[in-house]
Amino acid sequence: MSEPFDVARWRPAPFLPERDARDPALIFVVAVLCFLACLTALGVIAADRAAGGWANQLTGEATVIVRARGGETPDAAAARAAEVLAGVQGVAEARALEREKAYELVRPWLGDSADLEDLPVPRLVAVTLEREQPATADQLNAALSAQGLDTVVDDHSIWIKDIRRAAGVVRWTGSGVFLLIALAAAAVVAFATRAGLAARKDVVEVLHLTGAEDGYIAALFQLRFARIAAVSGALGAAAAAALGATLRLIGGGEGITPALPIAWLDLLAVLPCPLIAAAVAAVAARLTATALIRTL
Amino acid sequence: MSRKPNNAAAPEAADDIVRFDAVSMRYGRGPEVLSDLNFALPRGSFHFVTGPSGAGKSSLLKLIYLAAKPSAGAVHLFGEDTQRLHPSQLPKLRQRIGVVFQDLILLDHLSAFDNAALPLRIAGHKPSEYRNDVAELLAWVGLGKRMQAQPPTLAGGEKQRLAIARAVVNRPEILLADEPTGNVDQEMALRIFRLFVELNRLGTTIVIATHDQDLVARANKPVLNLEHGRITALGPQGPRPRADDE
Repeated sequence: MSEPFDVARWRPAPFLPERDARDPALIFVVAVLCFLACLTALGVIAADRAAGGWANQLTGEATVIVRARGGETPDAAAARAAEVLAGVQGVAEARALEREKAYELVRPWLGDSADLEDLPVPRLVAVTLEREQPATADQLNAALSAQGLDTVVDDHSIWIKDIRRAAGVVRWTGSGVFLLIALAAAAVVAFATRAGLAARKDVVEVLHLTGAEDGYIAALFQLRFARIAAVSGALGAAAAAALGATLRLIGGGEGITPALPIAWLDLLAVLPCPLIAAAVAAVAARLTATALIRTL
Repeated sequence: MSRKPNNAAAPEAADDIVRFDAVSMRYGRGPEVLSDLNFALPRGSFHFVTGPSGAGKSSLLKLIYLAAKPSAGAVHLFGEDTQRLHPSQLPKLRQRIGVVFQDLILLDHLSAFDNAALPLRIAGHKPSEYRNDVAELLAWVGLGKRMQAQPPTLAGGEKQRLAIARAVVNRPEILLADEPTGNVDQEMALRIFRLFVELNRLGTTIVIATHDQDLVARANKPVLNLEHGRITALGPQGPRPRADDE
């Protein structure tokens, strides 16, 4: 037998039912969208880091091709070029590579049978530049020309430009995908709000006709869907973080591959997801509810 | 009594709570459901709106409780031309009106107590200010032992009384009831009618739309009869016709 009603202990019940049979489906869909959005964000961060790393590596190095002139042997020319380069400001180290390294580079075109000793194969000098103030290709060229050396300096600037352009494309594409997913989530919430309003037309009608302001009624739906989206966002973010952590663990210190290095700190990027999801849902629900109430 | 068209605005009597000036109404692009209505209801009065189904009784009430807008003419409520009000002003006006809807529209997931207290919550009162009043009102309408019950578990008459309790809990200046005895037996209809009489005695203006001619005959209250959206008769003590219509 139920307890007698105690007026003194009565507390107002929520105007909207706390549970709705459609909530689990909505939570699932929004959680999946949030999961995809978080994965996109993690992918963009990792790709950005990878591109930055490659660009940094290339920025710190240059390669000089040295051709022998006059009676000078290729090895002697390379040794002299390395010595000249080591003295240029902004160069940390210059090292003439063994002739075998140069032969390896031309062998695919000439074949194993060719006697490379008889050919004037240029030598290579690997230059490591200082991080803070690296020497430019022009400075290296000037120093080498001054010593009468026939050289070509490659400071990898073409590669660096390509990598930076590729990183930019990845960043913008990722942001676009992220935006699309956020819009899809907003559309789902707007659709759910519309369905929720239709299902709760009795509540909306009674509140409206008993003098509730439109904003008050809209706020009920806004709060409800913001709460659902926050829960969904938390679930999606947790799943994405778990997947990111798994990739980080099974991929070793460099992440799943050196091409996509995920750092532990990157996983924090999913933290704002519940808040963003709630904000998107709140705005979508507010606009939808307000528009529908005005038709009453 | 036939009513001649009249679009001229008449000076409003100070004690008129509702005044219709040449009011017509249609839903969308459909035909007119109300045509050229001119009448005024004094504050504290008690009126029946009668007529066959489809005569426009519910539409007339909707205009008064601001659920619809006239397609022509002006509806004055509490001395305000409702057409000239900004939408943000309407909720405050609605809080001064109590409505017993034809289909009751009780919220099934709320208890009888929560349903009855709803207008007070909307008006922004604190629970501590009204919980005892709500309990007292529910006891007065005979639901003292059903306060926790949800509407689906209530009998037809109980639902009707709960809807009435919700309509009057905020002490509205005017109470509109659309077929309030439509789904109850004669005895319950009389009990509900006595409730309205008591509320009217306490100062509330009452307007009841009904096609229950027995109730109307027994009540001996002013009648406004509608047919095809037009006022065809004002009963023995019907609503005061507008001065320029006389």
